[in-house]
Amino acid sequence: MTDKIEISIRNLYKIFGPDPKSALEYVYAGTSKADLLNDHGHVLGLRDINIDMRDGDITVIMGLSGSGKSTLIRHLNRLIEPTAGQVEVDGEDVLAYDEEKLRTLRRQVMSMVFQKFALFPHRTVAENAGTTLKVRGVAKHDYLKEAHKWLDRVGLQGYGDHYPHQLSGGMQQRVGIARALTSNSPIMLMDEAFSALDPLIRTDMQDLLLELQKELHKTIVFITHDLDEALKLADRLVILKDGHIVQQGEPQYILLNPNDPYIEDFVSDINRARVLRVSSIMTPLDDSGVPPDAHGEVAHDDTLESMITRSGGDTSHSYLVMRDGQPVGTLEMTSLVKALVPRVASEAGARKY
Amino acid sequence: MATYDFLFDGAGLRDWCDTGKTGDGPVSMADLLAKTGVSEEQTAWNLPFPSLDELNEACGSIAQSRDLTKGVENSFLAAKDALRFVLDPITQPLSWLLESTLSVFEATPWWIMFPLLMIVVYFASKSVRLVIFVTACLLFLAFVDHYDHAMQTLAIIFVCALLCVLFGVPIGIAMSRSNRLQRMTIPVLDMLQTLPPFVYLIPLIFLFSVTEPKLYGIAIILYAIVPVIRLTDLGIRLVDKDVIEAADSFGMTDRQKLFGVQIPLALPNIMAGINQTIMMSLAMVVIASLVSAPGLGVLVLRGIRNLELGVGLVSGLGIVLLAIILDRVTKSALDRVNAAQKH
Ligand SMILES: Nc1ncnc2c1ncn2[C@@H]1O[C@H](COP(=O)(O)OP(=O)(O)O)[C@@H](O)[C@H]1O
Ligand SMILES: [Mg+2]
Repeated sequence: MTDKIEISIRNLYKIFGPDPKSALEYVYAGTSKADLLNDHGHVLGLRDINIDMRDGDITVIMGLSGSGKSTLIRHLNRLIEPTAGQVEVDGEDVLAYDEEKLRTLRRQVMSMVFQKFALFPHRTVAENAGTTLKVRGVAKHDYLKEAHKWLDRVGLQGYGDHYPHQLSGGMQQRVGIARALTSNSPIMLMDEAFSALDPLIRTDMQDLLLELQKELHKTIVFITHDLDEALKLADRLVILKDGHIVQQGEPQYILLNPNDPYIEDFVSDINRARVLRVSSIMTPLDDSGVPPDAHGEVAHDDTLESMITRSGGDTSHSYLVMRDGQPVGTLEMTSLVKALVPRVASEAGARKY
Repeated sequence: MATYDFLFDGAGLRDWCDTGKTGDGPVSMADLLAKTGVSEEQTAWNLPFPSLDELNEACGSIAQSRDLTKGVENSFLAAKDALRFVLDPITQPLSWLLESTLSVFEATPWWIMFPLLMIVVYFASKSVRLVIFVTACLLFLAFVDHYDHAMQTLAIIFVCALLCVLFGVPIGIAMSRSNRLQRMTIPVLDMLQTLPPFVYLIPLIFLFSVTEPKLYGIAIILYAIVPVIRLTDLGIRLVDKDVIEAADSFGMTDRQKLFGVQIPLALPNIMAGINQTIMMSLAMVVIASLVSAPGLGVLVLRGIRNLELGVGLVSGLGIVLLAIILDRVTKSALDRVNAAQKH
C-alpha cells in the first residue's frame, strides 16, 4: 500500500431537477434537503463531498438507502454528471474529458459491479465475462481465454457455456466480478455488489473479494448499507447521510469515536469484540520502555474477542502488543472491557439529531 | 322564402347575397322539392340545421356542400400531377419487385417450391410437427387447385412484409431514441391503424393507375407497417435500465450498445411485431384484390360478384389455412427467441 491518492473528489454537488444551477445557490446558502424539495422542487443528491481515496485501498461508502451512495459512485465514471465540483483520477480531471477519453477511462481504468448483477441475459457466462475486452475490440478467441482465466479465479470453472439465468444469484455476481476483473482496470467500483445475496453467500463473496484484493491490490470503491460488511472490508470508511458526509476515516476509529448520533445508531448493534482490534485500544509505548508485569505478548491485529478468550475473562491481566516483532504498546484488560460498551453520543461531543 | 333569410336581412347583407345569386347554379334536391310545391309550415319542430345548403338557400353567396367536396376533389387533382411526379419514380421499384417476385413464385415448379418451403419452415421453427402440418395444408391447397393463387398471395406478403421490416425496424429504433420523434410519430401510426383499409385505396387509385402493382403494394405496406414500428420502439424502451447502465459503464459506443444489447434484448418484441405485420399484410392483400392484386382474394371477390358460393368459401378456407401457417411459423420462431433469452 502506497500513500498515492488515486481518486480525489473535491466540493462535489449534485442536484436533480429542471434547473440545478439556480437550485445550487440555495444549497450554497444552506438550504436543507427537505426544504430544497418542498420549496424549490429539486432533489439534493450530494452536498459538498470531499474524499481522497488511496491507491490499493478499499474505500467503503456507507449510508442508508437514499443517502446518495449510488449517485456518488456514478460520478467517478460519469454515468452521472455533477452540478458542481471536481473529480480527479490519477491526477487527471475526469470532468474535462471528451467522449473519447471518457470511453477509454471506462474501458481501461474503471470497471463496475452492480447490485442487480446487470449481466447480459442473451450472452453466455464466458461472453459476459469477456465483455470488457470485447468492447475494446479484442479478438473473440483472446477475450474468451482471458474470461475463462478469471472465471476460474472466482470459482466458476466449467460454467463458461451456461447462460446467466441458469446460475444462482451468488454465482451470477461472481460472473459480475469476473467481468470487472477481466478488464484488468486498476479501479473497481462496486455498488452494493453483495446486498442482493443471502447472508452466508454474502460472507463467501466478501472473503473472495478480500482474497483477490490481497493479490491484485486494486483501488476499490465499495458501497454498502451494512456496517458489518463495511467494517470487514474497509481500509477507509465514509459515512453518508442525506447526501453529505457525516464522518470519514479509519473504520476502527469511527467505531470508537462516532461524531454523530446517526453513526451511534449504526454502531450500537455491532459485535464490537469481534470487530475491534487490539491496536485500536492499546496504550502506545512511551519512553519508559517495556513494562515488566505483562502476562504475555499479543499481535496488534488480534480481535478483542480472542483476547477475552485468552485472558479467561480476568480483567486484571495486561499484555504487550507486538507488531512486526517489535513491542508497540500495552493492553490493559480493563480498557478492553470499557471499549466493548458504545460511547453515548452526547459524551462524544456530537450535536443535534 | 328560406328559413334563414332573417339572418342576412338583419345583418344588412341582402345585397351581397343577391350578387352571388346566379340562376344557373347547381340545382339541389331541396330546390327540386320546393318546386313540387310541397311547402310545409315552418315550426320550431322542423327547424333545419343551418347547414351550408340551408344557408345557401337564404343567401346565394354562401357555398353549397357539394362545392366543398368538389373543391377537395379539385385541389387533390391539382396536386396530383406534382405528387405523381415525385412519388412515381420513388415507388417504381416496388412495382418491379412485386412483379418479379410474383413471376419467380409462379415460375418455380411445385416440386421445388414444396421442399424449399419445408426447409424454411424447419429453420424458422426447428419443429418437425410444424413442417408436417404446413406441408399437409399446402398439399390440400394444391389438391383443390388453389396452389397458384396461394403462391401469388404468399409472394405479395413476402415482398410487403419484408419491406415493412426493412423500413419499420429503423423507424422504431429512431423513435426509441427520441421522445420528440415518438410524440410526432404516434398520431400518424394511430391514424394508419384506425383508418379502414378501403380509405387508403381512394387517394392511391387517383395517384397511380389501377393496373400497377405498386398501388396495392403501398396500401399493404402502409397498413401493415404499424405493429413492427410500435413494437420495435416499445421493445427497445423496455430493455432493462440496469443492463444499459452496465453497457455504458464498460465504455460501449452507441453502435455496440444498439447491436450488441438493445436489439438482441428487444428481439422478442420485434418478432411479435413482425408476426402481426405479416398477419395484417394477409388481411390487406385480400382486400387489395379490389385493385387488381392477384391471389386468393381474387377468388373470394369472384365468389361475391358472381354469387358463386362454393368458390368464395373454398378460397376463404385457403386464406384461413395460409393465415394459420404464417402465424404458427412466425410464432414458433418467436418462441425460440424467447426461450433463448429467458431471464
Ligand atoms: N435521476 C434522479 N432524479 C431525481 N432524484 C434522484 C435521481 N437519482 C437519485 N435521486 C435521488 O437522490 C437521492 C440519492 O439516491 P441514490 O444515490 O440512489 O441513493 P442510495 O444509492 O444511497 O440508495 C435519493 O433521494 C433519490 O431519490
Ligand atoms: Mg443505491
